Amino acid sequence: MTGNALNQGLEDFIGRGYAHGFVTDIESDTVAPGLSEDVIRFISAKKGEPEFLLAWRLKAYRHWLTLREPRWAKLHHPPIDYQAISYYSAPRATPGLKSIDEVDPKLLQTYEKLGIPLHERARLAGVAVDAVFDSVSVTTTFKDKLAAAGVIFCSFSEAVREHPELVRKYLGTVVPYRDNYFAALNSAVFTDGSFVYIPKGVRCPMELSTYFRINQAKTGQFERTLIVAEDGSHVSYLEGCTAPQRDENQLHAAVVELVALNDATIKYSTVQNWYPGDEEGRGGIYNFVTKRGDCRGANSRISWTQVEAGSAITWKYPSCILRGENSVGEFYSVAVTNNLQQADTGTKMIHIGRNTRSTIVSKGISAGRAQNAYRGLVKILPTAENARNYTQCDSLLMGARCGAHTFPYMEVRNPTAVVEHEATTSRIGDDQLFYCRQRGISTEDAVNLIVNGFCKQVFRQLPMEFAVEAQNLLNVSLEGAVG
Amino acid sequence: MAVSGLRVEVGGKEILTGLDLVVRPGEVHAIMGPNGSGKSTLAHVLSGRDGYVVTGGSVSYQCRDLLAMAPEERARAGLFLGFQYPVEIPGVSNVYLLRSALNARRAARGVSEIDAAGFLRLVKAKARLMQMDESFLQRGVNEGFSGGEKKRNEIFQMAVLEPVLAILDETDSGLDIDALKVVANGVNSLRDPARAFVLVTHYQRLLDYIRPDFVHVLAGGRIIRTGDHTLALELEADGYEQILAAASS
Repeated sequence: MTGNALNQGLEDFIGRGYAHGFVTDIESDTVAPGLSEDVIRFISAKKGEPEFLLAWRLKAYRHWLTLREPRWAKLHHPPIDYQAISYYSAPRATPGLKSIDEVDPKLLQTYEKLGIPLHERARLAGVAVDAVFDSVSVTTTFKDKLAAAGVIFCSFSEAVREHPELVRKYLGTVVPYRDNYFAALNSAVFTDGSFVYIPKGVRCPMELSTYFRINQAKTGQFERTLIVAEDGSHVSYLEGCTAPQRDENQLHAAVVELVALNDATIKYSTVQNWYPGDEEGRGGIYNFVTKRGDCRGANSRISWTQVEAGSAITWKYPSCILRGENSVGEFYSVAVTNNLQQADTGTKMIHIGRNTRSTIVSKGISAGRAQNAYRGLVKILPTAENARNYTQCDSLLMGARCGAHTFPYMEVRNPTAVVEHEATTSRIGDDQLFYCRQRGISTEDAVNLIVNGFCKQVFRQLPMEFAVEAQNLLNVSLEGAVG
Repeated sequence: MAVSGLRVEVGGKEILTGLDLVVRPGEVHAIMGPNGSGKSTLAHVLSGRDGYVVTGGSVSYQCRDLLAMAPEERARAGLFLGFQYPVEIPGVSNVYLLRSALNARRAARGVSEIDAAGFLRLVKAKARLMQMDESFLQRGVNEGFSGGEKKRNEIFQMAVLEPVLAILDETDSGLDIDALKVVANGVNSLRDPARAFVLVTHYQRLLDYIRPDFVHVLAGGRIIRTGDHTLALELEADGYEQILAAASS
């Protein structure tokens, strides 16, 4: 294949529209743009929050004022005007819906378009869905079944009302509000998110799933998710998101905190497909996310799996603090960037306890003029006797104008540690494409085939129905990528 | 397939200089020639690989202009190339590739996709034919295969895809005698009045096991001599030099 034909193919690819670009017309209860202590008090009051939470938000806000945006990532974007963002918006639905029939039909249609027929999907897959539309939870299913097992799965706001002692005990213990610029902002203004609590010895009877979706112009989304797994418990949580097309950049700064106590396992899977912006880099979501898991107990395990396909900018490092003895941290990632998308993503594995182990498998795919960076830290503290890490970091390039970058950091302060790092960078080869085409497979299908093969190690970690979705997402994302 | 007066350049250099070849259904042709004579160029240009500029001549295949067809169209019309150097496609299982290929062909013919059970029966039977362990089916395409395994895999794919015209590019190179027999056996079992083969090879030894109907000597970018299978034996005995000298005199 000639270079020109390849580039032409990439131009076609770049011309592809965003399948999930539409906006639902629902009246919203939106606060005027701008951020101040008054806005934070408004949010807190609107949600009927206890005093401790408001105090915490205000401390976070005051700390945030002293911080500057981080600049170390390999990302470039125009300055974000934090005063131009509206920090609260809620769809005008009557609160406390008893059944799905009471949900605004337009809202349900939106989910349909996204391929998430809530009731059907939930029933078929046996998945409990806590659907977040903008900032307020709209509907929650399967609550009874979970309640019977003693599992708490609800919106963050509900958790604040119903289980304030749990929220107070764990909130900010993994990602303190002082952690970083975006975590501080989130702590000050978060409006909703999900809360999961798995009691001692309980294996959560179903996969937990939340779909996030931004649908308000100039509304940043600031989710806060907290998952606590008590001794000997087990939970698998799925998060998937798509966002409608917008001309203006939208800020997304979520915080996810996981706490795994003795012998507990948390598996957290994400398929992220926020609007990536158009072919000229206009619009698209700025995704600045802080995700961290704390393997607080002995023999605990936290596993992150992510498929990052959307967003104009992705700044995200789901990490594990391996505090408990014999605890295990895992990070499996596929990050796809296209057009002018930029991703700087990876993980941190902080080994503190003895015999702690971590595995990192990162697959970056870059096309168009996109930049894709893996940034990872493996830190072995002096207390971490016999720590083990294995890192594998592969990049796949499509076309000649994109970039792949790898920034692995290692800090080993215990001589018994074994740390391995493997990295490869490859291009989808003309010879691979020709081989497939000679067998009768179209170029497009061949690209999908090769890309899915490249990502297989990560897809295998996803729950079955998500693996299929992820594969479809990549296929759609790479339509006509190479001609 | 009728190739007439085919001229092909690679990087500004003329490799094929007016090649004529007619292949009818049921025939087995062997194309032999010294290194650099244009054997692989012929295989590649017939299968539609990029980087070859056709400057003259034509190729008609099933009454169509083969050179105007995309590689996948040629494949769906029954043209198969057994690669000299099959590529690895990590993470894509052999069966997945084959099923995609088979269904693409079926779709082109307006036939519905093959069902999972039928497909499994088919590939297992063909794997037995090629004396391949079933574990090969689930392994990544050519991933970590030895040279011999890759070649055997090519013939296995051919057996599954049942082409109308199979061009095997140096399929015998790098094979030990046992593998060579398996490959030859695979080809022989697929011989059919409706199916033609073009065997591109440097050595005669493959032809000990697959008896061709025609042997062509390719040199300087065109066919300088055509004969039956005894021509191959002559080549083996006398070497290319003598035939080339005879042709140029």
